[in-house]
Amino acid sequence: MITPNSPEISTLCFHCGEKCDSSKIHFDDKDFCCQGCQLVYEVLAKNDLCDYYSLEAQPGKTQKNTNRSSIQFDYLDDEDVKSKLLDFQNERESHVTFFIPLIHCASCIWLLENLFKINASITSSRVDFIKKKIQIKFLHDKLSLKELVQLLSTLGYEPKINLSDLDKKSKPAIDRKTLTKLGVAGFCFGNMMLFSMPEYFSEVKLLGDGFKRLFDYLNVVLALPIVFYAASDYYVSAWNAVRQRRINMDVPIVLGIIAFFLYSLWEIFAMGNAGYMDSLGGLLFFLLLGKIYQQKTFATLEFDRDYKSYFPIAVTRMVQNREEVVPLVNLQVGDVILVRDEELIPADSLLLSDQAHIDYSFVTGEEVPVPKRKGELIYAGGRQKGNAILLTIQKSPSQGYLTDLWNNESFEKQDKKLLEPLANRISGVFTWTVLTIAVLAFFFWMGKDLNLAVKAFTTVLIVACPCALSMSTPFTLGNTLRIFGRGKFYLKNAAVVERLALVDTLVFDKTGTLTDPANASIHYEGEALSEESKSIIKAMVGRSTHPLSNRINLWLGQHPAAKLDQVEEKKGQGIWAVYKNQEVRLGSASFVGASENDFAPGGNLVFFQVEEVVLGYFHIQSGLRENADLVVKELAEDFSLHVLSGDHSHEEGSLKRALVPTIRFNFNQSPINKLDYLKRLNQKGANTLMVGDGLNDAGALQESMVGVAITDRVSHFSPASDAILDAESFGKIPSFLAFAKDSRKIIKASFGLSFLYNIVGISLAVQGLLSPVLCAILMPVSSISVVIFTTLATNLMGVRKGLIHLKAP
Amino acid sequence: MEVIFVLIAVSLVLAVSFLFLFFRAMKDGQFDDGVTPSIRILFENQPKKSNKDQPKKSKSYE
Repeated sequence: MITPNSPEISTLCFHCGEKCDSSKIHFDDKDFCCQGCQLVYEVLAKNDLCDYYSLEAQPGKTQKNTNRSSIQFDYLDDEDVKSKLLDFQNERESHVTFFIPLIHCASCIWLLENLFKINASITSSRVDFIKKKIQIKFLHDKLSLKELVQLLSTLGYEPKINLSDLDKKSKPAIDRKTLTKLGVAGFCFGNMMLFSMPEYFSEVKLLGDGFKRLFDYLNVVLALPIVFYAASDYYVSAWNAVRQRRINMDVPIVLGIIAFFLYSLWEIFAMGNAGYMDSLGGLLFFLLLGKIYQQKTFATLEFDRDYKSYFPIAVTRMVQNREEVVPLVNLQVGDVILVRDEELIPADSLLLSDQAHIDYSFVTGEEVPVPKRKGELIYAGGRQKGNAILLTIQKSPSQGYLTDLWNNESFEKQDKKLLEPLANRISGVFTWTVLTIAVLAFFFWMGKDLNLAVKAFTTVLIVACPCALSMSTPFTLGNTLRIFGRGKFYLKNAAVVERLALVDTLVFDKTGTLTDPANASIHYEGEALSEESKSIIKAMVGRSTHPLSNRINLWLGQHPAAKLDQVEEKKGQGIWAVYKNQEVRLGSASFVGASENDFAPGGNLVFFQVEEVVLGYFHIQSGLRENADLVVKELAEDFSLHVLSGDHSHEEGSLKRALVPTIRFNFNQSPINKLDYLKRLNQKGANTLMVGDGLNDAGALQESMVGVAITDRVSHFSPASDAILDAESFGKIPSFLAFAKDSRKIIKASFGLSFLYNIVGISLAVQGLLSPVLCAILMPVSSISVVIFTTLATNLMGVRKGLIHLKAP
Repeated sequence: MEVIFVLIAVSLVLAVSFLFLFFRAMKDGQFDDGVTPSIRILFENQPKKSNKDQPKKSKSYE
């Protein structure tokens, strides 16, 4: 336990909870790790907002690494940008919604919703915790959008504003319609059941006939909103299907609704009977319930991101040695831009500065920065590490090597690879069978009793209405979606489950997908390292944040670090240190003066040099992801496997040995090559699943039947895909695929179950024996039993596949 | 038994007014975000006049 009195434990920053090192600031009886944190505290204390600190301990984020330039947000003064970002504007007030990734605790909500205490021009602010969004209403005469964003970022809550925010002028409205329809259907259904009570107990005379008539008429009135409002989506979908000469699930549903409604009207007004209005209400209520159950969304995840979600909204442009911040869309070919440390290069451009170190992890998944020299072309999507660099734009941001992918025709198709759901194919057969039976029953009775013939015809349509049939799919898929979600595999929608079940070909990206940068394999070649040397290296790499340093640091484990007299990191080159009056260098070939060509290609080399003598080098290759070999071996039995890589082929041999020899490897693949490769596989009739991680896989993910983006941090970067897989669940891929196949079997089994009900119902109906009471019992029983069956079956399969863990008793 | 006619009318009026309230709540967006309000309700309202020297600590809300 940390107690404030124990002196050996370093003090934690009052604002962010990070360890305060030598530069600790003592202010107002509290310790702060940096000026930024203290500043935030000061602002809050001045405005009497210190409740922020009492709701959660150390809720803030360290302000150490934020270097803001005063002109950073200048682009927010641009009228065009402003009008696109604002949700609403009138003479006095503006409304704006920001995405703030930092929102993580109750304190965040509290502070952000009390912004009006800091600046009186903010009239209200409201946080959506799950989506990490805040809607702010402010008086734009007194506070500009730019000042508002500046205020937020002073508090540490800098909104993330991306290029894509400018695009969607019409923000997708939240789907409230289905829920409203469910409310209406529930209301009508409940009341109709009440008014049908006398019918259910028709054997017992509860009330006089006058009431029964009134109740029947009330049922008709209550059925109107159901038929004309709640069911409207089904009419549209069925009509669209019929127009395209297809039969989908909604066609028999609509047939049922019409038969129900018209026949009940006839029964009530012409015959003086009760009709089936309550069953009609129940049908719609359960159908809508199933629809909502299937619509599970992972609100924090975005599946449709393209490069615009990663690119900044504005860049720093140099005009006659003066910096100005301009919106990215206004950037012209030939402009000179300034890209600082950790900033993204927004367009293919030529390097004007002497050298740069570009981290392409965004694009390829490889996180070791690539050195670039003056005059080299740098592709968009890279991130500069180190000093600020100057570039001149060669292509507009939407036309680059990477972003050109999105101009490919694959992205034109709205609904990619339309696969007919299982339910639709069955419902075609189903509809024709039911119609045939109804017609046969009609002709059978026609000779004897015309009245009975009409009754048999309509009741067959009514009872065969695929209530249970149409409920098995949404509930099975909805439940599968939830079980996948618990296993950290997030699907875009329920239709993906069905596609997943049909997959027979798996395509993997190599870097970042099969291999894991954090799981590097390191060989040391040269003069054996003494314990002392190891200590020196440990101390040196501990000072650097370079990915290769981190890997060597991990490789050395808990080795004690030596005390160095002097140490300095040359960004992108290596580390220079002095130890016991000896000069030690650790870094690239050029840094130690060796020629890289003398060594085996592949992987990264880090040289260790003491007093101008190279003692040896580390050979660092990105290793396979944990369990990757086991997963691949398991998958190779049932699927045909392919690997696509943008790298050179020097690793092919070692990879084949580590994995399975039957895998087809393809190296030197550009983003477009990857897309075309998937296209060729699809043309050959393969059902493809692509697993990738970087923006360079975006085309292949789009073209494949199921595109799975793999990521270490689920809410962070992932290209557009059908599903997002948390990297730690990589080992479960075989189980996920098997489970998708199981859920397809469950759907088929529940179809069998509902056919059973239909056979019973229809056999009664053709004999003209169906009564409102029987109908009122049969309909809900069949629906509910199917729902229970699918739920139990999917959970059971989930436990068997190890995707649901039962808690130990 | 004729009183049942009145009761039916009353029950329908009641049910319809609940449906109307549901519509209003829907339009207000009460069903859009189910998580934040559950956190928000735990915040204490600060008294209007607060002591500048000693910021008012909210009582623990367990």
